[in-house]
Amino acid sequence: MLQTAQRGKKSSAKKAAPHERFLEAFRWMLLSRTLEEKLVSLYRGGQITGGVYIGKGQEAVSVACGLFLQKGDIFAPLIRDQAGRSAFGEPIVDVARTYLGSRQGPMRGRDGNIHRGKPSEGQLAMISHLGAMVSVTVGTLMAKRFHGEKNFVGLSCIGEGGMQTGSFHEGMNLAAVEQVPLVIVATNNHYAYSTPNDREFACADLVDRAKGYGFEGYSIDGTDLSTCLDVIESAVKRARAGRPPQLVVASVLRLSGHGEHDDASYVTDEMKRQPFAQDCLKLAEKKIVDLEMADDATLQSWREDAAKQVDEAIATAQKEAAPDAEKEDWCAISTRELVDQPE
Amino acid sequence: MSITYLEAIREAQAKLLRDDERVFIYGQDVGGTFGGAFKATKGLAKEFPNRVLNTPISEDAIVGTAIGAAMRGMRPIVEMQFADFSSTALNQILNHAGTHYWRTNIPVPITIRLPSGGTKGSGPFHSQSMESVYAHYPGLIVMTPATVEDAYTMLIDAVAIDDPVVYCEHKYLYYHLKANKLPDKGLPTGRARIARQGRDLTIVTYSAMVQESLAVAEELARENFEIEVVDLRTVKPLDTDTVLASVARTGRLLCVGESFPWGGATAEVIARVTSEGFHLLDAAPVRINAKDTPIPYHPNLWSAHRPGAKMIAAKARALLKE
Repeated sequence: MLQTAQRGKKSSAKKAAPHERFLEAFRWMLLSRTLEEKLVSLYRGGQITGGVYIGKGQEAVSVACGLFLQKGDIFAPLIRDQAGRSAFGEPIVDVARTYLGSRQGPMRGRDGNIHRGKPSEGQLAMISHLGAMVSVTVGTLMAKRFHGEKNFVGLSCIGEGGMQTGSFHEGMNLAAVEQVPLVIVATNNHYAYSTPNDREFACADLVDRAKGYGFEGYSIDGTDLSTCLDVIESAVKRARAGRPPQLVVASVLRLSGHGEHDDASYVTDEMKRQPFAQDCLKLAEKKIVDLEMADDATLQSWREDAAKQVDEAIATAQKEAAPDAEKEDWCAISTRELVDQPE
Repeated sequence: MSITYLEAIREAQAKLLRDDERVFIYGQDVGGTFGGAFKATKGLAKEFPNRVLNTPISEDAIVGTAIGAAMRGMRPIVEMQFADFSSTALNQILNHAGTHYWRTNIPVPITIRLPSGGTKGSGPFHSQSMESVYAHYPGLIVMTPATVEDAYTMLIDAVAIDDPVVYCEHKYLYYHLKANKLPDKGLPTGRARIARQGRDLTIVTYSAMVQESLAVAEELARENFEIEVVDLRTVKPLDTDTVLASVARTGRLLCVGESFPWGGATAEVIARVTSEGFHLLDAAPVRINAKDTPIPYHPNLWSAHRPGAKMIAAKARALLKE
């Protein structure tokens, strides 16, 4: 069974032969897809309050974001990064707990769905305002530098939608000014909610911005797992080695709505025929079969394993207590004697 | 020897940098030989070149960076060049710093210094008082020191607090206000101070309006009125107990604040006193704020826009007759 990664121990990705690394990444993608399909069905069945936001079509880029980070590194995922979160070390039971509102989840029912993280373990808890996580990641890296730590890196995810915010611009510029070891992975999934690229930006290629900020930049086909692994691994290595901050721009199509409430009827047929509209998980599986990296029985056992893990995580979270408003600690600051108007 | 309010802020930061390696100062023009638009960090970069750092003009990213550093054990002090400019960092302050402990159980101990309030000729964008905006949101402590001594000890306290603190320092007091020496310790955070004792009327105020109100109390003393002045020190938490105890002594309440009139710290004080101490009041409470327009440039307009001793005295006399 593929267990949730233990950071620090999962050097397999770093040292593994290309096939092994590809297969490990594939299994995280498969787990992510399986988990998110389950979340969608729970949502459709009315068992999840609020929204469900999935990363279908973006798993290859996302998994590469989580896979090459080590213990002590900082990861700032966004809403379509389940594969990367799992590869980085987030237990999927915490995903189920957050979506289902368990008191035992990292957010304890106080925040939901993809707004989750464990900052003490290096996984930042995103806020909804896009672009805001970049400068926060810069700050965590500066703290590490102040503390005299070495050999660390931060990776902050963004989409082409978030790249148009002022906050993102400020964060990217400041990262370069501070020369922190940062990688920004920007996934252009061609829609900011319903708005297509031509109403989002007017530059020829988003990666051209790298030069303007003092980053090193790379463009990749986000549907191709091997490319995602090679380029993002290289960017992480370069940042860790003290090169300027790195920008990777991946091209994909979001194979879902913005959230599960959205039928994405605005995505045109022409868009769906583009090369970047292919499903990265299917392409990866085809490559496994074509190159005989694993046989059908093995692939089937992995699918079953993923389904079993997901079922267990959901069942665990469903059994756990929801937060209780009567017992809730309604206190927004940690310094209790400074609470205004204590209850 | 005499030390100004501004020098007290600088001395507090010097002490913090010396005593605590987790402290760093981050903001526009704070470093190098310049030492900040108001010189509140003058000379500090020379002693601590790696911990007093200039930034680009990027308020959002400055606060975001401070939040990230605070999450990982640092104690950043952010200097906003003017309180007004913190509007472009509102998202990081309110939605990130203010929510982080509640969401994740990890507090972010950042201190954001806001050079606040009006001075002549500064106009709409270099004169604002933002305390009511920050006090409205959960998760933040909001300090408004009114004396040299408090400017010093409260800034040291702000950095020691594990939660985000918005420290509103008043530019009008920077050079006017002087003390002979700096204390080692002040009142506990969140405790209001009786700046002057009286029995006829309570003025509850904070920041630069404490000095205006004390001048009014002095003036009315010549008319045989004893005015009590309560300096809130922090508007959040708000020391309702001290305010109610004062109103219990005087029966009359006048609240004075320099920020805009809709809602805010003065409205909060009156809401609490009328709700919790209605029986203590001998007359309807009164509040004074700035006018509900942007802050004007010309001194003739500015001095009428801002509550001053003359306006406070007039309202106090009227309230004393009620």
